[in-house]
Amino acid sequence: MKPGLSPRQALALRRHLEAGLPRVSRPYQALAERIDADENQVLAQMRLWHEQGLFRRVGLVLNHRALGFTANAMLVLDVPDALIDEVGQRLGRAHGINLCYQRPRRLPQWRYNLFCMVHGRQRAQVEAQIQALLEEHLLSDLPHQLLFSTHAFKQCGARFAPSPTGAPTHG
Amino acid sequence: MDDLDRRLINRLQLGLPLVRYPWQALAAELDSSSAELLDRLHQLLEDGMLTRFGPMFDIERLGGAFTLAALAVPEERFEAVAEQLHALPEVAHNYRREHTWNMWFVLGCTTEQGIAETLQHIETLTGLPLLNLPKEETYHVGLYFPV
Repeated sequence: MKPGLSPRQALALRRHLEAGLPRVSRPYQALAERIDADENQVLAQMRLWHEQGLFRRVGLVLNHRALGFTANAMLVLDVPDALIDEVGQRLGRAHGINLCYQRPRRLPQWRYNLFCMVHGRQRAQVEAQIQALLEEHLLSDLPHQLLFSTHAFKQCGARFAPSPTGAPTHG
Repeated sequence: MDDLDRRLINRLQLGLPLVRYPWQALAAELDSSSAELLDRLHQLLEDGMLTRFGPMFDIERLGGAFTLAALAVPEERFEAVAEQLHALPEVAHNYRREHTWNMWFVLGCTTEQGIAETLQHIETLTGLPLLNLPKEETYHVGLYFPV
């Protein structure tokens, strides 16, 4: 087995991946040819980046609106500080929660410190799903609000990035 | 879109295996062929159902600073303020939401300093106070849309 990619080759590989993975039967072979390396080296580098958490998966970004996911809700909760990790982890694991983050309160304007994103096809269905979820986790009594989005003005990756942008992560 | 397209989208959201012949591995799972799956993927991208296929690099791990911010924009100024934000390259997403805080957007900059400056710039530009809500803890990131 040859040694790994040089830093220059690794950088070139990252640049090529900005356009996505080549859509051919041996994508790592195709990438290797472009950076003058061999397939095993490229695959080893990809596995290393994956293990290091630089990317979670070779996956997709969906045009979720085109696919019918037009009911997009941000659930915000005011969770007591002592419970935030436990509640965050529990809701983060729950079915249908796509993103779950802790963010700071900004009193008096903003009291909510836990943010969850839920996407669905119909608003009523998303509302019912969230209500059921809160009941199941005995969280219905916590102050919370549901903020549906009604319009996406801009949906693109951040432009500054020196490297490929990933899936939307809502900051 | 037919059943195979749906199964392909759902499966790819979980990640393509990191192996030499990833499409062969998937073809076996989805009872199809490499060539057929590649054709389908190509068409879904062409049609705009998918906007990207490839590794999803964690932009934060690669360096960079991000925040979620919100403005409470008076209704009559809403479109104009949306235009002002649209023109800023640091603004990555901007959603209208049903709330007094009705404009929610994500900022991405190379540095924390860049974020602070951009927030200040937006306040000056719009004359509106904003909420700056940077992530403090990540409990889950796993966008999955069963189609």
